[in-house]
Amino acid sequence: MTVQELPGAGASSSYRPTPPPAWRPRKDAAPLLPDPEPYRVLGTPAAEKLDPELMRRCHAELVRGRRYNAQATALTRQGRLAVYPSTVGQEACEIAAALVLEEQDWLFPSYRDTLAAVARGLDPVQALTLLRGDWHTGYDPHEHRIAPLCTPLATQLPHAVGLAHAARLRGDDVVALAMVGDGGTSEGDFHEALNFAAVWQAPVVFLVQNNGFAISVPLAKQTAAPTLAHKAVGYGMPGRLVDGNDVAAVYEVLAEAVARARSGGGPTLIEAVTYRIEAHTNADDATRYRGDAEVEAWLAHDPVQLLEHELTARGILDESDIRAAKEAAETMAAALREQMNADPVLNPMDLFEHVYAEQTGYLREQAAMLRAELEAETE
Amino acid sequence: MAVSQLAAKPATMAQALTRAMRDAMAEDPTVHVMGEDVGTLGGVFRITDGLAKEFGEDRCTDTPLAEAGILGAAVGMAMYGLRPVVEMQFDAFAYPAFEQLISHVARMRNRTRGAMPLPITIRVPYGGGIGGVEHHSDSSEAYYVATPGLTVVTPATVEDAYGLLRASIASDDPVVFLEPKRLYWSKAAWSPDAPAEVPGIGRAVVRRPGTGATLITYGPSLPVCLEAAEAAREEGWDLEVLDLRSLVPFDEETVVAAVRRTGRAVVVHEANGFGGPGAEIAARITERCFHHLEAPVLRVTGLDIPYPPPMLEKHHLPGVDRILDAVARLQWEN
Repeated sequence: MTVQELPGAGASSSYRPTPPPAWRPRKDAAPLLPDPEPYRVLGTPAAEKLDPELMRRCHAELVRGRRYNAQATALTRQGRLAVYPSTVGQEACEIAAALVLEEQDWLFPSYRDTLAAVARGLDPVQALTLLRGDWHTGYDPHEHRIAPLCTPLATQLPHAVGLAHAARLRGDDVVALAMVGDGGTSEGDFHEALNFAAVWQAPVVFLVQNNGFAISVPLAKQTAAPTLAHKAVGYGMPGRLVDGNDVAAVYEVLAEAVARARSGGGPTLIEAVTYRIEAHTNADDATRYRGDAEVEAWLAHDPVQLLEHELTARGILDESDIRAAKEAAETMAAALREQMNADPVLNPMDLFEHVYAEQTGYLREQAAMLRAELEAETE
Repeated sequence: MAVSQLAAKPATMAQALTRAMRDAMAEDPTVHVMGEDVGTLGGVFRITDGLAKEFGEDRCTDTPLAEAGILGAAVGMAMYGLRPVVEMQFDAFAYPAFEQLISHVARMRNRTRGAMPLPITIRVPYGGGIGGVEHHSDSSEAYYVATPGLTVVTPATVEDAYGLLRASIASDDPVVFLEPKRLYWSKAAWSPDAPAEVPGIGRAVVRRPGTGATLITYGPSLPVCLEAAEAAREEGWDLEVLDLRSLVPFDEETVVAAVRRTGRAVVVHEANGFGGPGAEIAARITERCFHHLEAPVLRVTGLDIPYPPPMLEKHHLPGVDRILDAVARLQWEN
């Protein structure tokens, strides 16, 4: 039958309505659905199987991370950092994300994820360059395979997909882990990245840190989805819900997703339920949009305390380990303080160096103008 | 400097563009073409015709329909060492990708102090004159040229379509490659035995020498300007026609030399006049050629309206008569 032969209004009585052609969903949605309760390890029977060496390392990194947050916040008060978005309370997500990756893998952090970058091996001062204001990115992304800290929301997610896709096309064993906040899940780029990743079966893991607020807007005003992890099902990838303050649980869920990605099983969306103990940044007043009781409830579920308690009770960690972790953290903080208190030496002529591979005539003119201004200043 | 290798038979601009991608892909395995409909269909204008068949779907990929996703994924691919060539299908369809373009594509080299250049070519079929419905005829070049970090080129001839696209794909910087869609089917005879030397990105070319005044133009307005220059002969005006080819970088020296030679200039483009590229060009000419000018620099551009419906677009697009009127206003008697 051609289109011209289709029966229209008043068509011959020989036409018999038929049911529409058979349709099947592309995938069974059930295995993609997250469990309704966030996955936990600490304080549950699952903690029997903890890897002592990994957990001691996680503990040391959590302690260092907590100290890093405190030091960076102090640096904002001294005017050494323009701004610092704290991850106090979210250290378990940051540390697990950094430790779960192999050397060849890539991390795609948001502006809040300096700690993950530092835990992956980036120099703490280089990690703070963006927030200090002396340049946008203080490191070569290829060196540690850490993409630039991304300020626009969720726009780094399609980059992670593209990089993972390119690596797979080249036959390289590379997984990309992309971090985003709960607010970022409302952005269009979040949708496009997840859709591309699932269609391409790219080796990507999306880690959403649901810390309760996008600056001041609570999750209830951000989404009507049952959980953010449920969003995965619509794209055809598994969604996982995890207690974001339980470093063992976050690590385990991430490790499972990374392994699936590595073996060609495609992307995963993980929602880590956590809480931002401090304000959005030092420029924000969190008392305007949330009460003390809520903050205190989360303080009682602190990621460092949770792990320390479990490991001490199991004899994996003793007082000397805790002391050693604190001392290492102090050493890091002292070095960071010292380096950040030195005034950065900036060369204004750098402004023209990396706009294009080769400067345009306009830029050469403007560089000459600035050079003359600088020379006049020094005379 | 790219050298054309097309067969010695009349070729269209569309075929030259296809051939440019084909040759680039054959020479360099890191070149990947991607976009909506570019694979099996060969693009809605057939510019990517045959590439998926020859190089496979991994090298010429039909993506989901999402421009930010296409360009965002291309950023990640370029980070990993590939050279993505992205098709935006139609000018106004590129707007969802603007955040990726402006916040990331244009800035990644600068943000990382040269550590992470992005060699991405973004092909944007642009401009009107084909009777397209709304969102199919915009001239968006002012947005692109206003963004530091982007190279912006637009061919007006078949040879340039080949040469500039090869140069764009070879560039280590992101290039917005504006394809004048109403010239897709314009033809030229090319010979592989006597390959044409195509000047690289950043060079303007005088398409028609003249002494009385210089018409400065690019892309879809070049044939209109050439036609206007022919018609002007009846008035006794000997017009020069200059094809910019590249809006960023802008070949100021060639433009300045031409205007100093003729003393009169008219900038012609389809994009809206207010805040359009012509405003920048006219300002530059005034700054550098003031004492050589016999008359103010004039602009003949699209009207300052959202792109009109196709049945009225002839009133919007700069035509021969409007160009000749402007030339007449160059105060020839003085």
